[in-house]
Amino acid sequence: MDIRKVKKLIELVEESGVAELEITEGEESVRICRYPSNVPVAMAAPLPAAVAAPVAHIAAPTAEQAEAIPAAEPEGHKVTAPMVGTYYSSPSPTAEAFVQVGDEVQAGDTLCVIEAMKMMNQIEAEVAGRIKAIQVENAEPVEFGQVLFVIA
Amino acid sequence: MLKKIVIANRGEIALRIQRACRELGIQTVAVHSTADSSQKHVLLADETVCIGPPASAESYLNMPAIISAAEVTDAGAIHPGYGFLSENADFAEGVRDSGFIFIGPPPEVIRMMGDKVEAIRAMKKAGVPCVPGSDGPLGDDIDENLRLARNIGYPIIIKAAAGGGGRGMRVVYNDASLTSSISLTRSEALAAFGDDTVYMEKFLGNPRHIEFQVLADQHGNCVHLFERDCSMQRRHQKVLEEAPAPGITPEQRHRIGERCAQACKDIGYQNAGTFEFLYQDNEFYFIEMNTRLQVEHPITELITGIDLVKEQLRIADGQPLRFAQEDITLRGHAIECRINAEDPKTFVPSPGRIELWHPPGGPGIRVDSHLYSGYMVPPYYDSMIGKVISYGDDRASAIARMRIALSEMVIEGITTNIPLHEEICQHAAFKTGGTNIHYLEKRLGL
Repeated sequence: MDIRKVKKLIELVEESGVAELEITEGEESVRICRYPSNVPVAMAAPLPAAVAAPVAHIAAPTAEQAEAIPAAEPEGHKVTAPMVGTYYSSPSPTAEAFVQVGDEVQAGDTLCVIEAMKMMNQIEAEVAGRIKAIQVENAEPVEFGQVLFVIA
Repeated sequence: MLKKIVIANRGEIALRIQRACRELGIQTVAVHSTADSSQKHVLLADETVCIGPPASAESYLNMPAIISAAEVTDAGAIHPGYGFLSENADFAEGVRDSGFIFIGPPPEVIRMMGDKVEAIRAMKKAGVPCVPGSDGPLGDDIDENLRLARNIGYPIIIKAAAGGGGRGMRVVYNDASLTSSISLTRSEALAAFGDDTVYMEKFLGNPRHIEFQVLADQHGNCVHLFERDCSMQRRHQKVLEEAPAPGITPEQRHRIGERCAQACKDIGYQNAGTFEFLYQDNEFYFIEMNTRLQVEHPITELITGIDLVKEQLRIADGQPLRFAQEDITLRGHAIECRINAEDPKTFVPSPGRIELWHPPGGPGIRVDSHLYSGYMVPPYYDSMIGKVISYGDDRASAIARMRIALSEMVIEGITTNIPLHEEICQHAAFKTGGTNIHYLEKRLGL
């Protein structure tokens, strides 16, 4: 079960009033629960191999949890992916990453590369500031609009 | 069999393609714009990729974005649906060059049939009857053009070679307006399609629009699946379709159908396609070919019992057709009503939130729609929100069932053209059958 899928499931729990979500695929399963503190937590739990088909058990939303709370995303300017492709943090597999958390960047600095159709597209900072957070991992597929960096 | 495909479309056809994939065990990747994240097929897809903002040009027409989505999800093929990039030869080529299977004909065939002048040449060569015309692009020689027009006989129509679907055309009734009409059509064509090549055809005053469905595999096997009558139109947009076409004899059906199947073999066609004809005075005249699946494909599915989308997937997978022409039989009658989010009288689009969606049911009723209660119909795309299809042993039964279905349907929150369809089903001329392409506009006083 890949990270993108788990991320999507967390989003689903956040956006809906659902309290608990469990998805099983083959021998893997993920259960995401909304705790009283309203912070969704993902737990991967191995299930007995007898489960054949994917099954989603959705617990009834409880009265107190009517509002979905967005995940604690850092405040700041969000740099989003302008295209679909694969995110790379460095210009080549052996090179250093373009930026790290904490780096100061100027507008126009290259932050990362998104590979699409065998072409490497450099993604530049639109504003100056400090890299507060990097929301993606090297070699992760990204979609249009996905948050890559937060610049403070 | 294909393992995973990208559905490069939206709305009801994306759901239709997804259903066929799920039946065949093919994983689906739903690519969508930011406005379409809550579409039914997106919510049901195995994987989803947001490919751009709402504007079609930046999402559903964005070739690199769609091909990238196939790359990052490791899909094997791309189904373009209808509209958008489905007849874009450059896209089909890009898909192929990037190592994916394009679920449709080869790019070269799309390109040839997309050039209306070339398509007519190819059809003439294949023995498919065509409208008398200039047999080639028009030059700038005024006298020559006048000669051509007089030869064909007024009224004539000037058409853009790169156009189609009712766009880029102008009717000319006499010598006096010929030259200016040609120039005007050229400028429009250049602006709309980037190509000012135009040709001339006899203008048929009272034709019906009758089209033939074909299927061709990658092994040279081509079959036709009979015809559809799509004459009920408004501004060149089909409103209601039926199969088979009323009044067409088995001999005509067989003769034209066979010609279409043969033409497919001659041009190396693959996958699903439709040959469009104008039918007047008992004669068929080829006007253009659509190298893709069509909106009204369900009525053909119901009268033949063949699932066209599943066949598209099998053909793309390299499988030979599992049936020959003699195995395909016509049974019963089917009618499709296109349900649009628009005012039934003014035709002004009506996007918005569906407060209540209550579809019809019962024997012989099929509903192809992506709607659900609470769904937001976005304002960025065409207004068709679903299709209601009725099937019966004969035309009268199909009409009766459609009337019943339309009366049961409830869509609240937006206005739809259901009342228009209910009215059409009451028209005496419709009940008799065989109305031509000008009928609806005349009747509605448009």
